[in-house]
Amino acid sequence: MSSSSAFNDDKGGSSSVGEPEYGHDPASGGIFSSDYKRHDDLKEMLDSNKDSSKLEAMKRIVAMIARGKNASDLFPAVVKNVACKNIEVKKLVYVYLVRYAEEQQDLALLSISTFQRGLKDPNQLIRASALRVLSSIRVTIIVPIMMLAIKEAASDMSPYVRKTAAHAIPKLYSLDPEQKDQLIEVIEKLLADKTTLVAGSVVMAFEEVCPERIDLIHKNYRKLCNLLIDVEEWGQVVIINMLTRYARTQFLNPNINESLLEEGGGGEKTFYGSEEDEDDEEEEKEKKSEAAALAKRKPYVMDPDHRLLLRNTKPLLQSRNAAVVMAVAQLYFHLAPKAEVGVIAKALVRLLRSHSEVQYVVLQNVATMTIKRRGMFEPYLKSFYIRSTDPTQIKVLKLEVLTNLANETNISTILREFQTYIKSMDKDFVAATIQAIGRCATNIGEVRDTCLNGLVQLLSNRDELVVAESVVVIKKLLQMQPEKHSDIIKHMAKLTDNIQVPMARASILWLIGEYCEHVPKIAPDVLRKMAKSFTNEEDIVKLQIINLAAKLYLTNSKQTKLLTQYVLNLAKYDQNYDIRDRARFIRQLIVPTEKCGALSKYAKKLFLALKPAPVLESPFKDRDHFQLGSLSHLLNAKAGGYQELPDWPEAAPDPSVRNVEVPEWTKCSSREKRKEKKVEKPFYSDSEGESGPTESADSESDSASGSESGSGSEESGSGSESEESEEGSESEEEEEEEEGEEKDQKKKKNKEIKKPVQESESENSSEEEERKNERKRRQRKNDSESESEEEEDESESESSQSESEDSDSEAEVKKKKVKTAQTKPPPKPAKTDNKKGKKEMSLLDLDDFEPAPSPQVTPVNNFLSNSLVTDLEGLSLSDNVLSPATISPSSATKSYELLHRITGEGLSVEYCFSRQPFSPDANMVAVQIEFTNNTTNDTKNLHMEDVKLQSGMRVKEFPEIELLPAGETTTAVMGIDFCDSTQAANFQLCTHSRKFFVSIQPPVGELMRPVFLTENEFKKEQGQLMGMNEITEKLMLDVKCRNEHAIVQRVITAANLSRVPCGSDKECRFSGRTVTSSSLVLVTVASKEEGTAQLMVNCEKMVIGTMLVKDILLALTQ
Amino acid sequence: MLSGSLNGKQGEIRHQKGINVSLPLTKMIHSVFLINASGDIFLEKHWKSVVSRSVCDYFFEAQERATEPENVPPVIPTPHHYLISVLRHRIFFVAVIQSEVPPLFVIEFLHRVVDTFQDYFGVCTEAAIKDNVVVVYELLEEMLDNGFPLATESNILKELIKPPTILRTMVNTITGSTNVGEQLPTGQLSVVPWRRTGVKYTNNEAYFDVVEEIDAIIDKSGSTITAEIQGVIDACVKLTGMPDLTLSFMNPRLLDDVSFHPCVRFKRWEAERILSFIPPDGNFRLLSYHVSSQNLVAIPVYVKHNISFREGSFQGHFDLTLWPKQTMGKAVESVLVSSQLPRGVLNTNLSASQGIYTFDPVTKLLSWDVGKINPQKLPSLKGTMSLQAGASKPDENPTINIQFKIQQMAISGLKVNRLDMYGEKYKPFKGIKYMTKAGKFQVRT
Repeated sequence: MSSSSAFNDDKGGSSSVGEPEYGHDPASGGIFSSDYKRHDDLKEMLDSNKDSSKLEAMKRIVAMIARGKNASDLFPAVVKNVACKNIEVKKLVYVYLVRYAEEQQDLALLSISTFQRGLKDPNQLIRASALRVLSSIRVTIIVPIMMLAIKEAASDMSPYVRKTAAHAIPKLYSLDPEQKDQLIEVIEKLLADKTTLVAGSVVMAFEEVCPERIDLIHKNYRKLCNLLIDVEEWGQVVIINMLTRYARTQFLNPNINESLLEEGGGGEKTFYGSEEDEDDEEEEKEKKSEAAALAKRKPYVMDPDHRLLLRNTKPLLQSRNAAVVMAVAQLYFHLAPKAEVGVIAKALVRLLRSHSEVQYVVLQNVATMTIKRRGMFEPYLKSFYIRSTDPTQIKVLKLEVLTNLANETNISTILREFQTYIKSMDKDFVAATIQAIGRCATNIGEVRDTCLNGLVQLLSNRDELVVAESVVVIKKLLQMQPEKHSDIIKHMAKLTDNIQVPMARASILWLIGEYCEHVPKIAPDVLRKMAKSFTNEEDIVKLQIINLAAKLYLTNSKQTKLLTQYVLNLAKYDQNYDIRDRARFIRQLIVPTEKCGALSKYAKKLFLALKPAPVLESPFKDRDHFQLGSLSHLLNAKAGGYQELPDWPEAAPDPSVRNVEVPEWTKCSSREKRKEKKVEKPFYSDSEGESGPTESADSESDSASGSESGSGSEESGSGSESEESEEGSESEEEEEEEEGEEKDQKKKKNKEIKKPVQESESENSSEEEERKNERKRRQRKNDSESESEEEEDESESESSQSESEDSDSEAEVKKKKVKTAQTKPPPKPAKTDNKKGKKEMSLLDLDDFEPAPSPQVTPVNNFLSNSLVTDLEGLSLSDNVLSPATISPSSATKSYELLHRITGEGLSVEYCFSRQPFSPDANMVAVQIEFTNNTTNDTKNLHMEDVKLQSGMRVKEFPEIELLPAGETTTAVMGIDFCDSTQAANFQLCTHSRKFFVSIQPPVGELMRPVFLTENEFKKEQGQLMGMNEITEKLMLDVKCRNEHAIVQRVITAANLSRVPCGSDKECRFSGRTVTSSSLVLVTVASKEEGTAQLMVNCEKMVIGTMLVKDILLALTQ
Repeated sequence: MLSGSLNGKQGEIRHQKGINVSLPLTKMIHSVFLINASGDIFLEKHWKSVVSRSVCDYFFEAQERATEPENVPPVIPTPHHYLISVLRHRIFFVAVIQSEVPPLFVIEFLHRVVDTFQDYFGVCTEAAIKDNVVVVYELLEEMLDNGFPLATESNILKELIKPPTILRTMVNTITGSTNVGEQLPTGQLSVVPWRRTGVKYTNNEAYFDVVEEIDAIIDKSGSTITAEIQGVIDACVKLTGMPDLTLSFMNPRLLDDVSFHPCVRFKRWEAERILSFIPPDGNFRLLSYHVSSQNLVAIPVYVKHNISFREGSFQGHFDLTLWPKQTMGKAVESVLVSSQLPRGVLNTNLSASQGIYTFDPVTKLLSWDVGKINPQKLPSLKGTMSLQAGASKPDENPTINIQFKIQQMAISGLKVNRLDMYGEKYKPFKGIKYMTKAGKFQVRT
């Protein structure tokens, strides 16, 4: 021991300076002794107090593991360091633990408590990492602990921890499959998660644990489709593959009625055209319910969810990740209507530029695809041309694709290419080319002769392989149409003089024998020559000579009897026993003797039976019963764990299973919720059209209420505005009855108002007064009718219908509807009071609903409005349901969902940006929160906790609400300083019994407050914000937004800005300052001819500017 | 070695038997082995239970069957596992999987691993990996969790594990500090996972390289069989904070097919043909594109060749002249001609009017480093080839591969219009460079 310690000192000294050592080379010393010594040395280092020597030791140990050396005896020494403060040591210890814990289960248990502590850490990353290691330790005893940890982490507030939980599920499952049921519960819970971070991982877990539980996907299908583009690339692959399978079980085959579809041609296409959403919900529903029944009789109608999947995956064809592109390609191949599959070709061809391994896989899949859908790749024929530098396996696959693509029109170019390939030095490739030529010849009748001639020429090639391959292919070709090609057989017969390759000679002899009837004169002569050279031939040739002789004897015994006997005699004394055997056998068979009567009768049938022509078909034929892109497809054999791609169902299962329950809110709020969702999506999702159909489907679920159709069309309204306007005035009434959309009504109202404004103001004011009064009355009536906010929709549509029947004044109906739909009756007064102050309107005008301020007026939010409004509220409304969200300028406020009624277990919370200065802190944005207790129990102690903010952000919490009785609603105001960013403020909303994680994310338009500028000031400021600070966009104004009013109204709705007076009526200007940094925000909308306009935003904060441009653009164009 | 691997194989079998059949097959990547050119496994990493390295014997068998390393099939089925491998820098990265998984998923991931190594160590050689074995192990640990990719964005990884530099290595050895990031990374939690927060530079620069490659096959007579342009825009962005960039082209319609870095907003491109993105920090590939093959591709270099063998004389005639064409006045540089001559060629006796030529009698590879083409004095390579005595005239003709570069020109005519930055106040320094290169440029003779 003493000697070994001396050695250790040495070792330790040297290694502390140098690199970590990789294991130990057994050649350099005694294996046994030095191994122990070394480990002692490491143990000593691990026990030391210094982190540096611990680290050094761990590095060396990890290097050993990396080289595959056994380091298991160090386990006790290493595991002690699991709680080490040094992060790198800790990480390396984790590496070690995960590697060896399985072998040393008891000792591994020592580390568990550390991880359990980690699971409770306030830092989400530490929680995640603890869970990750804990679940990676493959020790069966801790299964319950793992299960508990996973369950807990699955409801962690941090999406990152939840993601880790999703990762841990398959680990636990592989350790103990008994836990399956419990794990499925966790999976179900995580599948409902709305964050992109979790989506990919949980679907992965789903695929590993319970791929058969397709029913778990229903409710999450639309969400997954919509999140897909923002999920990380690896998750995308898994989700797409899973959704392919899902779609195969849930939708009808889009190519079920191919002929009909083709007839329908253009019309069908435009109907299902890309961006166009089904605008009529009712129709859509009908379709869905009937689809199954009608599938056989009627032209196929695609389920909108099916369409959603296709549309949302398409952009991913542009991914840089080959696996994602391939996943989308297979999805399209398996799910898309024939006419649309073509889009994937380009992307797949692009992948051919990638690494050769990628090429290899892609080409395999392309080869399969080209068999089913040749047309798709035809335009890219040249991309499959072969370069001499390609690896052979790639060459052969390209050849396969080229062969599959060959048709009458391109065959000549392809054959010319093939000719070049035949000269290649790569002989395997040449052989494959010859086979490819053979296949082209079989498939395309026109070129059969050309190919044959070409192949015949190849018979004189010097390379045996080439000749043999050619003869084999010629043989196959001739077998198909022997009668036509007696001249080729003749030609080949002549070749026997020159060709020395035994295989080729043998093949020729077989051919002549087989088709001796077509060459009756030549065949005996060939036999004569062969008989002469018999003894010098190779064995395979000899066998074929015997064969030929026998066949000739049977068909033409007169001429060949003697020759045959001569050959058989020669064969009888051959050195090779195979040949002797064959000769004996044949003699017995063909030469009739008294002994063997039975068989020789059938000799002719035996020898000259009609042999079926060999079928030259692609090895990729029918490979597509495997899901493309899968391992099983590549190997053409079912790999373990492969999930079969199911066949299309005969009739589509009930599509309503995918509907997500949305409680019976006002449409208004559900729409808001969607808006919010959009805001959350940071990236690609900035287009509205994309998410259309799902959402319309979402809203479908409140189908119980009569307003369902309305909410559906609302979606399409925002999606494709232009369509609506085309419908013209006739349909307007109809629309009104059906539609509950706030926006639309606003628009219509604008139309209405447009006239008065353009006419003289005074005249119109009195008129308006009257109208407003009436409206007010009606509204009160209406409001009292509706018992609660939830029911308002229904009442609205009812009343509006009855009204329209009377239809004495359309405008009134509309205006009233606005009132009810928005449920924001009183707020307006305050605002308009301000706006119209200049014009000295009477107080009655307060009730005006006109959402847009009239020109020349600067809307400045007035703090006083609140009290005024409350007064009015008391006047007009007897019920207490009116939400506080209504106590704010109507044109500007939208309420957003903070807590869903369901997730909140009866507590629903909404918030809106009231656009009023937050008095405790001017740098904060006021957020008005409305709590509704939908339970039957009181909720107590509503307060917020655990605020998580981006750096710099601040929050002023709302005062605790001590009691919220059942069924009651209350409001509170909080302030958030967003630091001029759209980062969300996350916090916990706590009641006496529960905590909910919620977040508030402001639209960019709410990050500013209006300031008043004169025209000159505006111009001056604008002049200073040029260049990078100026963003200009051209746009096409929405049809309903082509007057000043509408523009002003929409801009102000989108952003909290104030109007700047302006001399020109073609320009609208707005100004504001960001709340935190008081940076100026200037907006100019200059309208031009025919609805075009230019939007200019000047803002020091470029991000704000860009986002604002986007928002305003959206507001103006939709 | 041999006996070792044999024993190993038995071990593998035993190991397999040990697996309880009822256990579910785990998906995704089980283990990774790194194998060098001489067939040694120099690194192994397991994410689940340990798979014996003897599983690689199946790989070695396949390697033996394939004549060239690049002909080893990327997917090899074995009785209990599947081996999926990629070959880069003469190293095989072999992933072991147990059940169905999209092969491209694994292949793409392995390539990402190689890219990451290259990013960290500058090169991805056996030596570099061995020198940084701990960093490699830490990286692999972070990149996969239970065989499923976890963090593959280089920016997230760099926050977790700092790339080694000479300076840091020295400091680390002296002070014992670590190359594991002290702070926990935030990138994974961000909405822009490719960019880390708090980036600071004193010089704010954004450089974009538009590099186009011409892939072409020219036939014997000099006519173009196929020619297409593949381009990439590589960026090196060193900007403080969270800049939001937009890059617009003069002629975006040229781009027929594109694939983006995840940072590019797809919708914006669809609608306006503008690249709008928050860039990752440092080097990255923003875009790769394909120029529609409808547009005629200008071939910048032509080759006049006369390579012939006479029957019976054991001599071949070799004559090659290059001349530039359609280069818009730009010089064709770094021209390198290479050709695999027929096996029958024993040696060559050639003279080059410029540059240096070499012929390897073993591999029969002729290469001629021409350098820059002077349009006034066309480079040529002339002379004779001697054939093996008694061999017949080779019937195959060699293909000529050409490499070249043309600076300051994108052959498709693609032009960047402008680059704007939003979100930050400073004025960045912007630079755009164009270059055209030969991709797979072949002339058949």
